[in-house]
Amino acid sequence: MTARAVAMFAIVAGVAVFPACSSAPAESTNTVKLQGAGASFPAPLYTKWFKSYTTAHQNVLVDYQSVGSGSGVKSVIDHTVDFGASDAAMKAEDMAKVPEGVQLFPMTAGSIVLAYNLQGVSDLKLSRKAYSGIFLGQITRWNDKAIADANPGAKLPDLPINVVVRADSSGTSFVVSQHLSAINDDFGKTVGANTMPNWPTGTKSKGNEGVTASILSTPGSIGYIEYGYAKSQMMPMAMLENKSGKFVQASTASGQAALASAALPDDMIVWAKDPDVPDAYPIVTYTWLICYKKYPSKDKAQAVQELVKYGLTEGQKAAETLGYIPLPDAVVTKATSAIQNVSAQ
Amino acid sequence: MSRGLSASYTARPSDILFEPRPGEITQAPSAMQIAMDRAFRTLCVTFALFTLGLVVFIVARITVSAVPAVQRYGVSFLVGRVWDPNTERYGILAETWGTLYTSTLALILGTAFGLAAAVFLSEGYLGHAVFRVLRRLRLHLHPVWGKLPDQLEHLLKNLIELLAAIPSVVYGLWGLFVVIPLIRPMCNWLHLKVGWIPFFATDLSGPGVLPAVLVLSIMILPTITAISRDALVSVPAKLRMAAYGLGATRWETVLAVILPTASRGIVGGVVLAFGRALGETMALAMLVGNANRIGLSLFSPANTLSALLANTFPEASTRQVSVLMYAALVLLAITLAVNIIGALIIERASLARVD
Amino acid sequence: MAVRQNGRPTISADALDPFAGVDFSHLERSLRRPRTLVDFLLTALVTTMTLLALVPLFSVVLMLLWRGGQRLRLSVFTELPPAPLEQGGGFGNAVIGTLIIVALAVIVTVPVGVLTAVYLAQARESRLAGAIRFCAKVLTGFPSILAGVFAYGAIVLTTGGYSAFAGAAALSILMLPTIVLTSEDAIRMVPNRMTDAAVGMGATPTQVMWMVSLPTALPGILTGVMLAVARAAGETAPLLFTALFSNYWLWSRGQVNLKQPTASLAVLIYNFAGMPFPNQVTLAWGAALVLVLLVLGANLIGQSLSSRGARQF
Repeated sequence: MTARAVAMFAIVAGVAVFPACSSAPAESTNTVKLQGAGASFPAPLYTKWFKSYTTAHQNVLVDYQSVGSGSGVKSVIDHTVDFGASDAAMKAEDMAKVPEGVQLFPMTAGSIVLAYNLQGVSDLKLSRKAYSGIFLGQITRWNDKAIADANPGAKLPDLPINVVVRADSSGTSFVVSQHLSAINDDFGKTVGANTMPNWPTGTKSKGNEGVTASILSTPGSIGYIEYGYAKSQMMPMAMLENKSGKFVQASTASGQAALASAALPDDMIVWAKDPDVPDAYPIVTYTWLICYKKYPSKDKAQAVQELVKYGLTEGQKAAETLGYIPLPDAVVTKATSAIQNVSAQ
Repeated sequence: MSRGLSASYTARPSDILFEPRPGEITQAPSAMQIAMDRAFRTLCVTFALFTLGLVVFIVARITVSAVPAVQRYGVSFLVGRVWDPNTERYGILAETWGTLYTSTLALILGTAFGLAAAVFLSEGYLGHAVFRVLRRLRLHLHPVWGKLPDQLEHLLKNLIELLAAIPSVVYGLWGLFVVIPLIRPMCNWLHLKVGWIPFFATDLSGPGVLPAVLVLSIMILPTITAISRDALVSVPAKLRMAAYGLGATRWETVLAVILPTASRGIVGGVVLAFGRALGETMALAMLVGNANRIGLSLFSPANTLSALLANTFPEASTRQVSVLMYAALVLLAITLAVNIIGALIIERASLARVD
Repeated sequence: MAVRQNGRPTISADALDPFAGVDFSHLERSLRRPRTLVDFLLTALVTTMTLLALVPLFSVVLMLLWRGGQRLRLSVFTELPPAPLEQGGGFGNAVIGTLIIVALAVIVTVPVGVLTAVYLAQARESRLAGAIRFCAKVLTGFPSILAGVFAYGAIVLTTGGYSAFAGAAALSILMLPTIVLTSEDAIRMVPNRMTDAAVGMGATPTQVMWMVSLPTALPGILTGVMLAVARAAGETAPLLFTALFSNYWLWSRGQVNLKQPTASLAVLIYNFAGMPFPNQVTLAWGAALVLVLLVLGANLIGQSLSSRGARQF
């Protein structure tokens, strides 16, 4: 009894000691691990960047989790990550919650498309009245007059419109609701621009990924997702009417035209709410990486600086194939000069 | 084996672990042994209190986080229907309704099928049928084949228990990819033909109450079956034989004698299953549609308290965390109320029974 | 004297035959009688319902085998999750992550749970024991998301990051009630004559517990542990914001670090299944198949242990 019992008690006591043993410093002096979390909008691009960066650099490990812009901002405020990502940038009051300050870098840009699932209908054209009405819940069937008027040749079925929106706090939602508020007063008054708008209608799904999967699986659906997701799944995207009255399809050229209409200020946060340029696609946004201004160790600060530089230079080459808009040169120059704001404590 | 225990006892490896030295037990306990005894019992009480303390701590922590929201919103939170983080108007009536509606429907469905399976298992129909087949083939006394009825009964019991083993997220995927496409044509047909009945008032576009209820009932079925079967099997054989002796058919005994006698255990199992249904998160988050709607329609999406928490907690700001903790408190209160009511029913039933 | 008519023996019409002219049909089972018919229909109903109840099990396993089986290769266990639009990849780190997080949870929960059960079995019907039993029963229905929320507040925020420990803490909250309740049942089922015999020979209560009750109840306790492990391995919600997820192995360039976000099968399935990329989706199905096989295996082990234990008495 005695020897065995003592062994048993030792095991029980060891449970208490175990955590202390394994929380020894995890990184050797050479390996730096950077943990990032945030927007699902640029997730495919970021994951590709960070994977190639990690393989190319022996002493840095970068991990990114797509949890939504809101979650990314919260993680930065809670200090549970090394950097965040958001397409709704960061509100001034949130930035104030971080004592050491944050630096935002626009890393890439993309168009937000309205992808739909309607058999037999390709090249759907949606006027401003039509698509704002759909998201307001005023237009509920596909063969409604407002949609049929812009698509004279199409055979629109008498199906109810299944609107798919985001369930989580999202920068993509913010950009879409901001644009809808700019073009439709009703929307601006009842819903407004927000990362989690109170959509009057629609079923909810998590992340760009979830909305894409929902649209693909339910006939008669329409929802807002980033261009790259729709392109990779070869989903039909609606041509939207812009401010000049033209019906524009999302593409690199129409996206760049929209971005050119909004000049980048010093803090590098700008919104192209309703571009006035004739060839511009109406819903386009930058997406930002959120870094702390001061990092606890020199290694980490240096790693973050190198990572941002990689994204702004090498990384831009991969943007177009994945469906994102390469950054204009002026933006790259401005962002690169801001890298020096990130330093060690 | 000279340990003075039951004669049919055979040695197992675990015995060697705790093998006492000769005379260790039969001699009066030494001071060391008394000290060990006290220490061990204190340790047990400590861990038991730790378990109790853990539950109390969790509830207390959630309550403390919820206090700011309770002070700010009070009762209007419970009856409000609007959930708008921007204007800071919160109300969980739709989610509470969704939780209770889906759980109650799943309980009805799960109890029906679960009890049926429990009765099937306890009456041994499968074993009897196989035995009759074996007897026809003259194999019923065979050393290998003769064991088949028992083995098949055992297999059936295990298969039903395996339903509980499948992870919640896999059930969610199954619901999305198998159940919804399967029931969609029939549901839309029902909506077209008898759409005036409130239960079929909308059409099924994707996730909704009905797929969630179907999957939820499958998840709670094994609990009900296992506990009910134990209760049914523990009914004394003399009651059953007395009923047969009076001329009752098999089902008359089951309905009039065995089920009422086992009702205490069955109600206990049903209450446990209801608690599980209320707390189910992942499968519902994927299948219920996350829409803030109150209605009787089986095909429209709805929202539940746990799905609300799963979707909004990751990005909640500090003020919102308090509101979400208030919702969590409501969920805990409902679960607690269900458990207490179940315990009261069981006590009432055991007092009323004449044994 | 039996007379054969139409090849079947009939009752003779002899005057000495006491059964002459008696109608036996009402002693035979006939479906024309309402009570028998109801009995037969109810049996048929219950059989159908039981078979229907089993259909989901086979449907789920078949679905997993069909969709996940095609992706299952050895490479899937040795490679890391792929980036979107990347081919190949695997979920080796998720398998290891699940095993490690569940192992950590077991190390913490089993001593606490079993010793609590020992106390409950010894204290029987005392007020404190009743309160603890009630708490354990309430905890069985505890929403898994709340376990994650609690662990987030208690561990992630205080230690400053997502970690395998936080995930294990959340899982142990969910495992504890199962272990406590099944262990208490197993210890209570040890026949009184065995414990009485030990007491009669002069053993202290602790000696009775260690030498008689626990070894005998061990199969039942292991069943409870296996069931709890099976449940914990499949939980997603508690891990979503405690262990988060990781695209890398747990050992970074030579050192094992448990204080970082850890991959797990359940979170991988949840994340990848909703993605629009076919490679990710097939990986999710493969991971679901592996997870279900792990969990079913743990369940079968648990069930075989309990049956072996029960067969002794």
